Amino acid sequence: MNTPQANAAATRMTYREACKQALREALLSDSRVFLMGEDIGRYGGCYAVTKGLLEEFGEERIRDTPLSESAFVGAGVGAAMAGMRPIVEIMTVNFSLLALDQILNNAVTIPHMSGGQFAIPLVIRMATGGGRRVGAQHSRSLEGWYAHIPGLRVLTPATVEDARFMLKGALADPNPVIIFEHVMLYNMEGDLPSDMEKVDIAHAKLRRAGRDVSLITYGGSLFKALEAADALAAEGIDAEVIDLRVLRPLDTKTILDSVAKTRRCVIIDEGWRSGSISAEIGMRIAEEAFFELDAPLRRVCSREAPIPYAAHLEDACLPQVATIVAVARELVRPS
Amino acid sequence: MTKKVHLDHVHLLHLLKAMIRIRHFEAKCVELYQAQKILGFLHLYDGEEAVSVGVMEALTQDDAVIATYREHGQALARGVDPKCLMAEMMGKLNGCCRGRGGSMHFFDRARRFYGGNAIVGGGLPLALGVALADKMQRRSTVTACFFGEGAVDEGEFHETLNLAKLWRLPILFVCENNLYSMGMAVERAEADIDFVHKASGYRVAGEKVDGMDVVAVESAARNAIDRIRSENDPYFLECRTYRFRAHSMFDAQLYRSKDEVEAWRKKGPIVRFQTWLEANRLIKPEELAAIEEEVDKEIAAAVAFAEAGGLEPVSEVERFVTMEAVPS
Amino acid sequence: MPALGADMEAGTLVEWLVKPGDRVKSGDVVAVVETQKGAIEVEIFLEGVVSNILVPVGARVPVGTVLAQIDGAPGAAPPLPLEPAAAALKPAPQILAQAPPMPAITAPSSRLKITPAARRRATALSLDPTMIVKGTGVEGSIRLADVETYASGAKLAQRPAKKGLDLSQMRQAIAAAMSRSKREIPHYYLTETVDLNAALTWIERFNAEKTPVERILPAVLFLKAAALALREQPQLNGAYENGAFIPSSSIHVGWAISLRGGGLIAPAIRDADKKSLAELMGAMRDLVERARRGNLRSSELTSPTVTVTSVGDRGAESVTGIIYPPQVAIIGFGRVVTRPWVVDGRIETRPLVTVSLAADHRVTDGHIGGLYLAAVGRLLQEPDKL
Repeated sequence: MNTPQANAAATRMTYREACKQALREALLSDSRVFLMGEDIGRYGGCYAVTKGLLEEFGEERIRDTPLSESAFVGAGVGAAMAGMRPIVEIMTVNFSLLALDQILNNAVTIPHMSGGQFAIPLVIRMATGGGRRVGAQHSRSLEGWYAHIPGLRVLTPATVEDARFMLKGALADPNPVIIFEHVMLYNMEGDLPSDMEKVDIAHAKLRRAGRDVSLITYGGSLFKALEAADALAAEGIDAEVIDLRVLRPLDTKTILDSVAKTRRCVIIDEGWRSGSISAEIGMRIAEEAFFELDAPLRRVCSREAPIPYAAHLEDACLPQVATIVAVARELVRPS
Repeated sequence: MTKKVHLDHVHLLHLLKAMIRIRHFEAKCVELYQAQKILGFLHLYDGEEAVSVGVMEALTQDDAVIATYREHGQALARGVDPKCLMAEMMGKLNGCCRGRGGSMHFFDRARRFYGGNAIVGGGLPLALGVALADKMQRRSTVTACFFGEGAVDEGEFHETLNLAKLWRLPILFVCENNLYSMGMAVERAEADIDFVHKASGYRVAGEKVDGMDVVAVESAARNAIDRIRSENDPYFLECRTYRFRAHSMFDAQLYRSKDEVEAWRKKGPIVRFQTWLEANRLIKPEELAAIEEEVDKEIAAAVAFAEAGGLEPVSEVERFVTMEAVPS
Repeated sequence: MPALGADMEAGTLVEWLVKPGDRVKSGDVVAVVETQKGAIEVEIFLEGVVSNILVPVGARVPVGTVLAQIDGAPGAAPPLPLEPAAAALKPAPQILAQAPPMPAITAPSSRLKITPAARRRATALSLDPTMIVKGTGVEGSIRLADVETYASGAKLAQRPAKKGLDLSQMRQAIAAAMSRSKREIPHYYLTETVDLNAALTWIERFNAEKTPVERILPAVLFLKAAALALREQPQLNGAYENGAFIPSSSIHVGWAISLRGGGLIAPAIRDADKKSLAELMGAMRDLVERARRGNLRSSELTSPTVTVTSVGDRGAESVTGIIYPPQVAIIGFGRVVTRPWVVDGRIETRPLVTVSLAADHRVTDGHIGGLYLAAVGRLLQEPDKL
């Protein structure tokens, strides 16, 4: 897979490497930054993102934790309240449920509940998504749940450049930020423009312009959407692809502008359909761009079942390029 | 009692006054609750005053406090202004949290009071983080983490004690064991009711102290903090105490007898300390009268302050959902 | 007998469209019932075979009366052991025509399937989307492209002459619009006979000095008078949409033009009240010419706020039109005839025209309509001021 943009003056690297460089830059530039998480040190990170950092920065700043998600995420909240800039890694979103109390009841609540006395400048990274044949308890996509929570910023880097630079923006944010890294992206290679120093963490991005239908997506589904757009182009259907990048606060304007242009929209979301971020996007379009619509809203989401281990079943559960193509085509050229 | 506690006349009266302040403050809260000026939950600390007063005496202003949802006493003993607390109870803008927190969520940044937390056990991991931050910033402070014995049932207790020891964090764990988590008697909830023993399972040193004896608590806390600083290790203090009133305001107290409550009342921290002071001629009747008068004046002033306070405009309800900067 | 409106108590069965032995399915129209509101088709919501017709044509029966029996309806209760006479009186589950109590005229099944963007565009063009017979969108919905095609295609509609226009499509469009009008708009009709002596005399004098191209027809006077009179009765000029009347500040008269080979089109003459007679004549000529060439602009088709039809020399004596939705009135001028007429107590022969008004009763009452026709008549007595 490739990132859509190719740049002459660019460095080619994997998404994993981009994540690591981001962490390294953060550790080098701010002494308040430290990392906490399971197997981030000696093991080198479950997805090898933090490999080598322990050797470079030492045990005080690269803190291997026991399997105590609630405690070490809560410790991140407390440390953020007391002047540090912790980056907490939760191995996968599935395990974040064990720390949900700390995230919701403390991290995002205390600033407001204390009348603004405390900010929680905490960054939590976690892997998300399916496709690795690891069964239901390691394959969930719960970023939409987190996007439900006021006070949280939810980032879903889908490109090497976002993996490389979103962390910088997250650390500059005085509020808790969760970064979801899709497991299928770590090995993806892409070009990082050499003159690039930052990305914004507030806006969705147009990854491909088109006139006929908007494919709105994020994270691991971005490349499926881009591939679908290529397939549609071969049929003469000009699809636009929007990478949400930020699930909260949602960049409604970019979504509405695209829909106003194409008047047709397919939302691709690896989360389950019911009560999902795709439902939220659809509703916002219905609320704010109703009269722009020239076709019903459509979604391609995960099947409403725990993701099974067997490859054919897992593939059937997750959004796939062929489905996206079929749904988009039907909107533009009804059969 | 050890030589660490300076039992001079002034200090003794100070301890008594601190406990009476909490007791009278809460009595006023009940009155205001019945008049519907305070709404929601009201978890009274009545009977447990010696724990907070004793522990806070041992802390410096640089130390940090993590509180529970039964934190009126913890906040007052920490020195948070009763005016701001009363205004917070009444949901006013001049409350310590602009009226957003209420009875269960007092915060005071200036006093490193990191909040009343209404999720049982929810504050324990925060203590880890605050202590870790202080340690990494080379501050030689202690974080006092209050929790009830009910929190011991939660996973956070175990995760936190383990990590505190593993990372050798300067945390004073203060278990306010009032024997009931709401209506659940401790022996009905715990296979092992020896909490010090539980802490030792994580190699966290600790001791049991009579939480109805303010001097004993202060003494134990001072010793504990000395040990935390010298050993570079957390410490666990179980304060055996009792809640005289209902869990909250909606509690028929079906789970305990009136006789039991009466028996504990006789051992109450204020009546006991005051009787001891009187018996030893350490307090004169006019001094006691003066303390009560001063406290009541303070509380009257707090009520007046709260009554005069305005309400936060509804237009601000989303303010601080996200912060624009980290307060310094 | 289904309830076809909240106020309906009984109905008369006027026609059976099925007979015993016929197989029916949900959605089939099985009978026609006459109500206070007119004839309404009765849909069936069951599947099976009609076994017994219980109410004969011509019978008036209360709502709830069993009309016929159907066998084999899935999920239906087993046939009740009723005596035949009693069966006709008691509704039973296996009986057809148990229409849910909803106003038949707005039944969801007949609701137009159109996208929001297409509807908005149609509204902006003052175009009746029911005219668009076939949608190309999802599930056959009318989408933006269909509206655009229709709006520009209406001008292309004229190509038949040259390129073989699909007249049946125009027929269908007229059918759709007129059906909707008759279905939704409670028309009322008024007529007024007007003496054209002054008008025709004035035209004769006016035309005498003009070249053939500059000459005007009586229809121009009709058009101008009809337009000017609307200034006095603005409630006849505008659109009724979404349950409310929206008056128009401008008077754009749709001028009905019949096409050779059939079909009818009513492009707008904008601000007809403000144009001079010569301008109006020019506009009419231009429209007729372009309409027949199939060269109208889409805006001309979609902007009328009222319609005027004049049958001309070869038409009938009077015409009562069907309102073109969402307009609320249509004014008709019949053929000019010479008839005895009482002038100053004496019978004289005079050229007369019957002016008719069909108007939407949801917006105006006959009083307004009467005032309007009177104004038209008065204006036609002073042609020099038109």
